[in-house]
Amino acid sequence: MYLTREEELALAGEYGYALQKAMEILVALGDIYGADRLIPIKSAQVAGVSYKNIGDAGVEFLRDFVEAGAKVSVYTTLNPAGIGDEAFMEKQREVLELYREMGIEVTSTCTPYYGANLPKFGDHIAWSESSAVIFANSIIGARTNREGGPSSLAAAIAGRTPNYGLHLEENRKATVLVEVEAEVKSFVDYASLGYHLGKSLGNDVPYFKNLRPERAESLKEMGAAMAATGSVALYHVEGETPEYRGAIGDNLEEITVEDSDLKAVREAFSDDWSEMDMILIGCPHASLPEVKEVAELLSMRGRPLRVPLFITASRAVKALSDALGYTDVIERYNGKIVPDSCFVVSPIKGWYRGIATNSGKSAFYFRSFGFKVRLDDAENLIKEAP
Amino acid sequence: MREMLLKGRKVVGGTAEGELVVSRKPLSFLGGVDPETGVVTDAESDIKGQSIVGKILAFPRGKGSTVGSYVLYALKKNGKGPKAIIVEEAETIVATGAIIAGIPMVQGIDVSRLKSGERVRVDADRGEVEVLNGRPSGGG
Repeated sequence: MYLTREEELALAGEYGYALQKAMEILVALGDIYGADRLIPIKSAQVAGVSYKNIGDAGVEFLRDFVEAGAKVSVYTTLNPAGIGDEAFMEKQREVLELYREMGIEVTSTCTPYYGANLPKFGDHIAWSESSAVIFANSIIGARTNREGGPSSLAAAIAGRTPNYGLHLEENRKATVLVEVEAEVKSFVDYASLGYHLGKSLGNDVPYFKNLRPERAESLKEMGAAMAATGSVALYHVEGETPEYRGAIGDNLEEITVEDSDLKAVREAFSDDWSEMDMILIGCPHASLPEVKEVAELLSMRGRPLRVPLFITASRAVKALSDALGYTDVIERYNGKIVPDSCFVVSPIKGWYRGIATNSGKSAFYFRSFGFKVRLDDAENLIKEAP
Repeated sequence: MREMLLKGRKVVGGTAEGELVVSRKPLSFLGGVDPETGVVTDAESDIKGQSIVGKILAFPRGKGSTVGSYVLYALKKNGKGPKAIIVEEAETIVATGAIIAGIPMVQGIDVSRLKSGERVRVDADRGEVEVLNGRPSGGG
């Protein structure tokens, strides 16, 4: 791999231990994946935040890295944190403080594009968080590989990423055609479509025909589910997403999705209300329109929920919801907007047993953790909940 | 009794000599190896229950969460890490972990030709794994 004189010096440790380690990671990844050089990035999004996921091992590394002078050199935002008991929260606060000391914006959201960190078309970025990666690539047309926590941190420090994978035009073409024969309308239809396809697609680049999402939120949800059950990092929707033109070549494998495929997903997550002890909206973190919709649905319902409802969202969306009065409405009906956090990465196993949600990604993870799960649209959940 | 020189490529430089622990299946570090003890806990692993402390660890490739890299770092800091890592195919998780932990690592080695208990010398700078003539000691 070609390195500039500056990069060679950084790799040799001339600019300190932290930058040297970051460069070693990037150069090794570049060699493994056949990159010709490093390219500058516009921003980074760093995962590996919840203490539940990184544990003492991660905290130890971050602490040593901060002591070694690790500082990010490009605009960098952060994934959500976990929620737990007091001992857990103490560790969690230390993790956030360590990231802050590196110069990272402690935004703590999986939807940095709702406010804090919105790339433009064609920008090279190094993001981790699979749902944000697939959103940035597919809906915005920015370019990022599916980074892990440590590799995105290395890229943030060096301000560079190896030039391979989805940074290259030729790898952004579709590898499979998806003919959608199923009726896909509601939010959970999109979640189910993503959930169903992720399992068989692996890291393919699907090209969707016959999909007409009314809202970007539907695509956000579909992508998040597809990136959870599979490792898809980019998709195209004919007539909808910015890079669909010229994305398909000849002789592409074709997959058909029928109503029965989506029905099977809903049926797999149809545990009874009697087993639900929370309702979760906002995975990935809710947009302002999603919060507003919940507030309106609760007003229509007209009586408080017995099962508590949580909306996870970025602090930006929470602040707007506060200012616009939606938070008050939601709290009146036993709901709560929880900023900066993610239940999927929180040790809540002892606190809850059953989760009703409109998120295919959450359904996938909570079922794998042994929870009971009910997957349905917010409208139905709020109407039917005890 | 056999001698063999396998040629791969360097991921992290350095040399080491020791006893092999060979996994035939991909290995997850997060939740798969205990950073306090160096014992493999991955339920799906064929080397579950074995210790990698001070061993030369060979497996086809990494899998699982990307924060598995930090587990390799903790293993090394706790004095429970492997002396060197040999893989068929390097990927982000293990390569990053080996770099931050400073554990010599070689990729591109046909791991099916290695056996637990054999002694090997790893020269990661040259990308070489030498199976040493001598007494296989314990292990699988």
